Amino acid sequence: MPGTITPIVMPKWGLSMKEGTVTRWIVQEGDEIAVGNEIVEIETEKIASALEATDSGLLRRLVAEEGDLLPVKALLGVLVEGEVSDDEIDAFVEGFVVPEDDDEDDEEELGPAYLYAETAAGRLRYTSQGEGAETVLLVHGFGGDLDNWLFNIDALAAESTVVALDLPGHGPSPTPIPDPSVPGLANAVLEFMDAADVGAAHLVGHSLGGAIALALAASAPGRVRSVTLVCPAGLGPDINRDYIDGFVSSASRRQLKPVLENLFADAGLVNRSLVDGVLRYKRLDGVTESLTALADGVFPGGAQSWVEPGLIAGLEAPALVIFGAEDRIVPASHADAASGATVEIVDGAGHMVQMEAAPRVNSLISAHIARAAG
Amino acid sequence: MTDQPFSIDRDTLLDAYRTMKTIREFEERLHVDVARGDIPGFVHLYAGEEAAATAIMLHLGESDRIASTHRGHGHCIAKGVDVKEMMGEIRGKASGACKGKGGSMHIADLSKGMMGANGILGAGAPLACGAALAAKRRGDGGVAISFVGDGASNQGMFLESLNLAAVWNLPVIFVVENNGYAESTAMEWAVACDSYVDRASGFGMPGVTVDGTDFFAVYEAAGEVIRRAREGGGPSLLECKMYRFYGHFEGDAQTYRAEGEVENLRENHDCIKIFRAAVTGAGAVDPADLNAIDAEALALINEAVAHAAAAPMPGPEDLETDVYISYA
Amino acid sequence: MARNLSMNEAVNEALDQEMARDPAVIVMGEDISGGTGAPGEDDAWGGPLGVTKGLSVKHGDRVMDTPLSESAFIGAAIGAACSGLRPVAELMFVDFMGVCFDEIFNQAAKFRYMFGGKAETPVVIRCMAGAGFRAAAQHSQMLTPIFTHIPGLKVVFPSNAYDAKGLLIQSIRDNDPVIFFEHKNLYDTKTDVPEGLYTIPFAEANVVREGGDATIVTYGQTVQRSLDAASTLAKEGIECDVIDLRTLSPIDMDTVLESVEETGRLVCVDEANPRCSIAADVSATVTQEIFGSLKAGVRMVTAPHTPVPFSPALEDIYIPGADRIASAVRQTVAN
Ligand SMILES: Cc1ncc(C[n+]2csc(CCOP(=O)(O)OP(=O)(O)O)c2C)c(N)n1
Ligand SMILES: [Mg+2]
Repeated sequence: MPGTITPIVMPKWGLSMKEGTVTRWIVQEGDEIAVGNEIVEIETEKIASALEATDSGLLRRLVAEEGDLLPVKALLGVLVEGEVSDDEIDAFVEGFVVPEDDDEDDEEELGPAYLYAETAAGRLRYTSQGEGAETVLLVHGFGGDLDNWLFNIDALAAESTVVALDLPGHGPSPTPIPDPSVPGLANAVLEFMDAADVGAAHLVGHSLGGAIALALAASAPGRVRSVTLVCPAGLGPDINRDYIDGFVSSASRRQLKPVLENLFADAGLVNRSLVDGVLRYKRLDGVTESLTALADGVFPGGAQSWVEPGLIAGLEAPALVIFGAEDRIVPASHADAASGATVEIVDGAGHMVQMEAAPRVNSLISAHIARAAG
Repeated sequence: MTDQPFSIDRDTLLDAYRTMKTIREFEERLHVDVARGDIPGFVHLYAGEEAAATAIMLHLGESDRIASTHRGHGHCIAKGVDVKEMMGEIRGKASGACKGKGGSMHIADLSKGMMGANGILGAGAPLACGAALAAKRRGDGGVAISFVGDGASNQGMFLESLNLAAVWNLPVIFVVENNGYAESTAMEWAVACDSYVDRASGFGMPGVTVDGTDFFAVYEAAGEVIRRAREGGGPSLLECKMYRFYGHFEGDAQTYRAEGEVENLRENHDCIKIFRAAVTGAGAVDPADLNAIDAEALALINEAVAHAAAAPMPGPEDLETDVYISYA
Repeated sequence: MARNLSMNEAVNEALDQEMARDPAVIVMGEDISGGTGAPGEDDAWGGPLGVTKGLSVKHGDRVMDTPLSESAFIGAAIGAACSGLRPVAELMFVDFMGVCFDEIFNQAAKFRYMFGGKAETPVVIRCMAGAGFRAAAQHSQMLTPIFTHIPGLKVVFPSNAYDAKGLLIQSIRDNDPVIFFEHKNLYDTKTDVPEGLYTIPFAEANVVREGGDATIVTYGQTVQRSLDAASTLAKEGIECDVIDLRTLSPIDMDTVLESVEETGRLVCVDEANPRCSIAADVSATVTQEIFGSLKAGVRMVTAPHTPVPFSPALEDIYIPGADRIASAVRQTVAN
């Protein structure tokens, strides 16, 4: 049987990723690779993460060297199944051409990277990927934006249409937050769904976005086919208000970095670019005021103001609650209050569980959606 | 006396024509070479203004000094700086007048009395006062000329120099080359007084305004103020009203000009055309002699360009030389 | 989608948005609009390199052309600043500071202290600096250390469009006199720039690359050159921290010291002349504060102690290049 050659290429994690640095090979030439194995650590502008194999085979060639900064889709290594000579591999490496990854290309393949919806709360940025019959709507948390779903959008878009938005007051062109409360933001998301033509969706909310998703599911049941609450607010009173205050007040990288380290079980994931990205947002005129008002609205006096775990039992839509076991922002013990929901606690992950344990979270969400969609 | 061109002998007329024509060809060639990408950096052309530099410099000897401006090529040529060395300098070559270290805006040749083109507007005026002071102390009847644009005439340095020169009774002439613009800004707007004659009298010195496109007018007026300075009569201000044919610098889109402005200037206010018509019309010079000079000027520029193009660039060993005479 | 703006567009946008936000902001300079009093188009120039083009169309007489009189209009901007306006005056090339320096260093810089803390002088003086433009000795200097030497002045030097916009808005809102440098060779370089207004605080250096083996500290045009050097060195197994100071006064020495404490090796890169330069200043501070952390002598890579030469052949070797930076790092690592 003639062998097959499969390239391992620089992944594209999120819309804005253009290039990444190979920071460390986790596997060696000669290793047998199975789907899902972590093979190489890549650092992007946003975050460092391990690339997991999407194909299996024998790792015959490491092409990229540690430290190399390479464009998306550049050849990192060569996997082989069956009989392939070294000459054939040489020829493959030699002849490999990195496909163009310019903006126009993206628009052809994936549709325009960012879209904008005009809502009563102002112009909201969002992205829509995939063409599945079911629509998944991703709602980020306090101080986040749609890039919080960097490692989830593409995976979920394989089967569904995935829409991720920036909440009012968030993203690169933040609008003021008209009503800085959980019901107020739930209403803003509903208006967004109208403006962006999202009929009924599977809501996935992270952190404060979890509370928003829950509130929306309760108030507009016809628009919600399932809910997934990832490290959600809304299930109990506790919130790490030091984190929130630190996030709002930090003006420099040095102040902000230790604050952001609270988000991950592995603090090493907070790299310079991740901190810079948050600083970029925080430096925009009006953001500090918006976040201060939001923090005072949803977490006044250091406790959550909107605590409604009882709503879950009454939902028509099935609910899944996912927590990182090492969540230092909202304690994972809040999941205990989520009666009526399926609960999954992911070990070794913190508050940004959807980033830190992306494959696991993606498969939990996919399975939940598949069940809900029947 | 403008209508008496014959007070100048034929050879001098031919010399004047040769100088003007050389400047013109030099600048026209640079205009082309800049567009072709052969010339690095900022280049400010003197085309259109040749009569002023030429007529004034005819009154000067090598020991008389001039302080020039950023638009200095015409002053250099008229003061006798070697054209090949100028062309080399403008191309950054080791053969240049300043060994490639200065460029278009800083061509100088002190042995010819040329104290430098200048990138700092107005900076030449105090320097000319200094040169005049030196001449005065030597007592050799030497003078210094400070060239200044209409724009730079608003600089503090220039205005302070007028006063200083008057107070010290220096043999210096401030020549305002008023071409109507400083970059894109109109002189009419930027210079608040009605005339430079008024400004001069405010500083206690005589002021004269002449049509700078009329070689003979400049020649007469300059002769008068230079003579007075040489004789101890002190400083004067001479305004030459003139036109520049090209943009402020090469690459200027010149949208601040009126429709058809440049075409009109070239047609009706070209100092070389006007000179040619005057001298041939009066029968002082045969057109064929001028045509021969045209050819010579063109040949000289072609030769200068060829020489400069072939000359080597300075080498790394030249980078740190000539900062000091000695640094010990 | 990335919103790529060049540095000149970013500067223009910052001025435009701040003028729209705050009526006290005025902008002045020679030919900053252009064509004043002339028969042709208005807004004919927008400054010699077109950076302020269009501002006078939007903001009318708050964008003021000036006569060619730096001493007068820079001084007037300073006087207006302590009388309620927020002028942004363009000096064009920083080399022209020579004709108006008194107003900057004896006046603006000293008011606050000399008047017992009772004066505020929120003026910004924008100026182009740096070599590589074939503009010769009087239009190519850095002169940064002359300004940082003077207490009372703030000195800002962005290396990219994003920083330029945020730092310029910060400079306009700052209540002290700010000298805002723009490197003319960086005007065309593009980065992603947010549409809205934002500020970057002073005294916050940007760690543009993290390595761990050696620290390169620089600003302006040589940031990219240092990054290029760092990429070359990475292939040799030498990983560098590259620090873009962004503001030279105040200066973020904490970030530098933290980095050098870890790497033990410091190379200061400065396009200015070496004597009393920013490079010399950083070297001295590091040596004084954390001598014990240094594993090798500090190295400086700067322009030579000469004026900027005109000839391209000389100017190209005048500016510290990636090769010189890389070999300086190699020398510190060899020790
Ligand atoms: C001190 C100083 N300020 C500003 C400039 C920039 N600049 C160069 S030429 C020029 C206009 C000069 O106008 P003018 O004096 O009328 O001379 P022209 O160019 O018309 O010959 C300006 C503003 C400079 N070189 N030096
Ligand atoms: Mg003029």
